[in-house]
Amino acid sequence: MAQLSYREAVGAAIAQEMRRDNSVVFIGEDIAAAGGVFKATLGLQEEFGNRRVRDTPISEQAIIGAVAGAAMTGLKPIAEIMFSDFFAVCWDIVVNQIAKTRFMTDGQCSFPLVIRSANGGGSRFGAQHSQSVENWAMAVPGLKVVAPSSPADVKGLLAAAIQDPDPVLFFEQKSLYGIKGEVPDGDYVDQLGKAKVLREGSDVTIVALAAMVRHAMKAADTLQNDHGISAEVIDVRSLVPLDTTTIFESVSKTSRLVTVEENPRLCGWGAEISSLVAEELFWDLEGPIVRVTTPHIPLPSADALEDSVLPSPKKIVDAVVKLAD
Amino acid sequence: MSKGQLAAAVENAATPDVKTRLALYREMQACRMMEQRAYDLFMQNLIKGTSHLALGQEAIAAGFGVAMREDDYTFCTYRGHNHTLVRGVSMTAILGELMGRECGLLHGKGGSMHLMDVEKGAMGSYAIIGAHMPMAAGAAWSAQYRESGQVAVCFFGDGTTNIGAFHESLNFAAIWDLPVVYVCENNLYMEYTPISEVTAVPNPGADRASAYGLEPIIVDGNDADVMYAVAVAALEKARSGGGPSLLEVQTYRHGGHSRADPGKYRPDEEVAAWKARDPVVIYRQRLLDDGVDVAEIEAIEAEQSARVDAAEETAKNSGPPSLDIAETNLWADGSSTWRN
Repeated sequence: MAQLSYREAVGAAIAQEMRRDNSVVFIGEDIAAAGGVFKATLGLQEEFGNRRVRDTPISEQAIIGAVAGAAMTGLKPIAEIMFSDFFAVCWDIVVNQIAKTRFMTDGQCSFPLVIRSANGGGSRFGAQHSQSVENWAMAVPGLKVVAPSSPADVKGLLAAAIQDPDPVLFFEQKSLYGIKGEVPDGDYVDQLGKAKVLREGSDVTIVALAAMVRHAMKAADTLQNDHGISAEVIDVRSLVPLDTTTIFESVSKTSRLVTVEENPRLCGWGAEISSLVAEELFWDLEGPIVRVTTPHIPLPSADALEDSVLPSPKKIVDAVVKLAD
Repeated sequence: MSKGQLAAAVENAATPDVKTRLALYREMQACRMMEQRAYDLFMQNLIKGTSHLALGQEAIAAGFGVAMREDDYTFCTYRGHNHTLVRGVSMTAILGELMGRECGLLHGKGGSMHLMDVEKGAMGSYAIIGAHMPMAAGAAWSAQYRESGQVAVCFFGDGTTNIGAFHESLNFAAIWDLPVVYVCENNLYMEYTPISEVTAVPNPGADRASAYGLEPIIVDGNDADVMYAVAVAALEKARSGGGPSLLEVQTYRHGGHSRADPGKYRPDEEVAAWKARDPVVIYRQRLLDDGVDVAEIEAIEAEQSARVDAAEETAKNSGPPSLDIAETNLWADGSSTWRN
């Protein structure tokens, strides 16, 4: 096991897959010579050359259209959209072309591509460089949606996404780029569509994603130590495909569910999980399902303001304590 | 190629041999008859939804269809029946798709605006203006990367020149020297509005070319010999590493924008003038004037007429698609499963 940062794990996964498969190519703005604005792709151009790791103009439609056309014709391209807010300028290509064409043509072609993007708040960038948009992607039939919380998951899930025959939107939480963690040595490929129980518990299930997973783990400590509440924490990891089995097994055991989402409130992914649990596990529940989310607002910039609206360990603790009362 | 070489290649092109010219005529007649039949089937309510016919624009599809290599790629728009057909795609499957039948090219899941046949290099018809332009660049990038010698050809209308994807795609294709040919079919109207009323320059394609370091070129899109010549020149340029081209081809659609549009906003005399320049009629007469035996021409007409009759008959006799396919083929494993 090596200690890698979340950002180093990005480069490690891409390098691993590019060494394995010559049809893997990687394009985006400032990703090659500069190594990415978050330095997550440093060294890739040196190792693989300008043919395979290539800078593009600021042209999100061209970038995403190009990887779509390349994926249809034999390559396994990776694109970077620098900040996930920028998906809005190329969303047509993602949702109307990439997500629909295989279905519309009854399976004539596939889109084995990955679009990586820095997602989410906590970096004081203001409303147009901070939103969590994974719930946009989850609402589109034909897109797989992954959001890792640890360096090991970045490497394993990004490698799995690159190998996957379908389009995957891979959301890297930008406030996590600096965290470090153990990452398996050698070739490491995880599986999409598998949630992980990170902490076992018996009183309540807390389901979280990306940066919210760390908050949930801290909250679980506090709940145990200060309130005697045993919380089970599940890292969803992949919204599509969604591992309802792992979530349902946990909720059946604990009878209580709290979801923790960074996206704005309305139509966040937690609403879908809540709906599934309400519909299929209603009689196992001992209380209402509670969603902890960012309010339904764009994110403010100042640290005090941003921190006040994002979900936090304290907000999770408060929600769980209230539920357990 | 240096500046002006595409235009020079068209100007200096030898008249194609008779075999090629008969192929051009055959493709144009196939397109003409299929589109007219599609119109008739609409009138009988056997084709539902919408459709965007390209009656009057056949020479463009035919010129490229005959000039392209079998493994080249075509990307087209919702007005894409002809561009798809000329790649050797089954007419029965096209009409079947328009009619929503089991025998349809996409088994009824795509419809008129989304014809695609990957095996024939027909990489799809896209109904969001401009979206397919960067996709064509991507296919060209893939061909360049794989050193396959393939070229991507991307057809679009004059209205597309005013959307952002047009600009992004042309710049992208130019900086990477991609083997892609962008073909702007200027039929003078973006949907219901004259293109001149909504465009800052008189020639929506050619007047933008210099922004990408490309040769500005305008050719007669109703002349099959010219279209063949420019297609050969642009394909050769792309295949030999000369990078992209942006061709403005001037043409006219005989009907309205779509099924819902009778096209009444166009002056009668304008329509009449363009119908007098019908590419199929002009070409037939030219072949006769150049000594082609009328029997050969009539044989092509009879053959294509029988083809469209047979296609219609087969499509009519084909049932509706099996309802079992409604939720399939979202993912590569054939399913649409999103949870376990």
